[in-house]
Amino acid sequence: MTLLDPLWTALLYLAAAVCFILALKGLNSPRTARRGNLVGAFGAVVAVVTVFLSVKMDNVPWIMGAIVVGSGIAAPVARRVRMTQMPQLVALFNGVGGGAAALVALLELAHTEDPWVRLAIVFTLLVGAVSFSGSGVTFAKLQELMTTRPVVFPGLPVAMALALLAGLAAAGAIVGTGSTGLALLLLAVGLVAGVLLVLPVGGADVPIVISLLNAFTGLAVAASGLVLGNVLLVVAGTLVGASGTILTRAMAAAMGRSVAGILFGAFKGGSTAGSTTASDRPVRSSSAEDVAVLLGYAQRVIIVPGYGLAVAQGQHTAAELAEALEERGIRVDFAIHPVAGRMPGHMNVLLAEANVPYESLKEMSEINSEFKTTDVALVVGANDVVNPAAKTTAGSPIYGMPILEVGEARQVVFLKRSMRPGFAGVENDLLYEPQTTLLFGDAKDSLTQVLAAVKGL
Amino acid sequence: MEGISLLTITVLAVFVGFEVVSKVSSTLHTPLMSGANAIHGIILVGSIIVAGQASEPLVLAVALLAVVLATANLVGGFVVTDRMLEMFHGRGPGRGTRAAGARAVDDAAVVPDPAESAVVEASNPAHESGAR
Repeated sequence: MTLLDPLWTALLYLAAAVCFILALKGLNSPRTARRGNLVGAFGAVVAVVTVFLSVKMDNVPWIMGAIVVGSGIAAPVARRVRMTQMPQLVALFNGVGGGAAALVALLELAHTEDPWVRLAIVFTLLVGAVSFSGSGVTFAKLQELMTTRPVVFPGLPVAMALALLAGLAAAGAIVGTGSTGLALLLLAVGLVAGVLLVLPVGGADVPIVISLLNAFTGLAVAASGLVLGNVLLVVAGTLVGASGTILTRAMAAAMGRSVAGILFGAFKGGSTAGSTTASDRPVRSSSAEDVAVLLGYAQRVIIVPGYGLAVAQGQHTAAELAEALEERGIRVDFAIHPVAGRMPGHMNVLLAEANVPYESLKEMSEINSEFKTTDVALVVGANDVVNPAAKTTAGSPIYGMPILEVGEARQVVFLKRSMRPGFAGVENDLLYEPQTTLLFGDAKDSLTQVLAAVKGL
Repeated sequence: MEGISLLTITVLAVFVGFEVVSKVSSTLHTPLMSGANAIHGIILVGSIIVAGQASEPLVLAVALLAVVLATANLVGGFVVTDRMLEMFHGRGPGRGTRAAGARAVDDAAVVPDPAESAVVEASNPAHESGAR
């Protein structure tokens, strides 16, 4: 029994598609973003209700149960995840979406004889599987379940080429025969290819790969829409595929990288080479009181927050310190590198959570010229994004990435846990410069001590 | 639907997808990626269709697995995007200005804003009951 005729079904799907477009449009501006996301969620609800009312359905209680299970797992996790771990959660959700698309395609294979539909099935299987396993590896890298450095082994390009050939052969055979056994083989090849694709990517580039895999999943969903003849899946999947591609390029550009360079850079070798300088050079470390004096008698301070601040949950203390300094008449801004934290925009989210007004967060292009006239640049738990090696050391993994020019400030203060290099594994020469002072310790503890000392001035 | 109309729609959707994100500041890259990620969770519709046609237990089991995965993508995606975005607010009304002192900021940070958590609470059951 179906309640909706095809015309109404098509109209409701159209409404859902419009909601998705408005959602992406809304996400373009901080003011409309949240509403945009809710519009998207509304569109999804419309679409799911429509499918129940428009198609002849068996197994409805089972399907309801599966939806309850899926929401029951995902919603609490999404609500409770710490903001620092959000990138890997997005990767995980992206992966399971790709997996779902691949499974749908697998099951549809038995229902079709049309070679064009089989071609769409083959595409969905392969891309969905790549997205699933690739996202799994990005999750492991971001969660630091495995090394964040690029993993390269001598046979990697050969293995990749073999996987590609096996995939093409299996794909061709499936289009010809419609064999489910071969489809399972293709699925396995896709899973292996996904792992091989992401392994050589260095930690700092992982967010860009998440975005790329996000676009992949979108394409897989669009192809599954062609398989099922469902316009909404085609439109939504294509939207995500296209916008995800643009977004991936924009993110890569923000880091001064090319997408191809990120994926295949490690194959060429050399990109894993760090700085060769010995790390036992002298540094000037100092006490919280000294840092407080530096800050308290400055005219202009720029705070550069990084992932270390987020891990230590020190964003609230940083906001308080900024406020205490402003009360002394000092101008304070936060300089946000596009990839501070673990993802573009991640640091803005963390600082917004700490009630730092949006207006005090300055983007890199906006603030870089101001370091020259800055008395103290306070770098909290950041390293790679201020590392001059990105400009000077060709062959360094971060070479070419635009950086915040903290070296131009009169004084630079680093709050660091240790001399350990940053996420990209490159040593930072700025730490050894004469104008640099280091304060070792957990970012939050150090900030608390500095804050107390500033208040006591 | 005819192949050629689907192709037309696909090509147009590509251009809409390009246009809609062409000028986004890097501040919003993460939420935008997360929002797009939630949208492809709509594969749930496909999973439901396949599960609704399943007659063998094995096929049903695989289809239900797809439903669980797709729901996780869809629901989790929208909820995590909303959590990111609830952090974005400018110097709006109802919040202590920075000049009001550190204590106000601290309080606001520690005490969860009841209005905000209520929105999250309310948006979720709506999802789930809507999906049912």
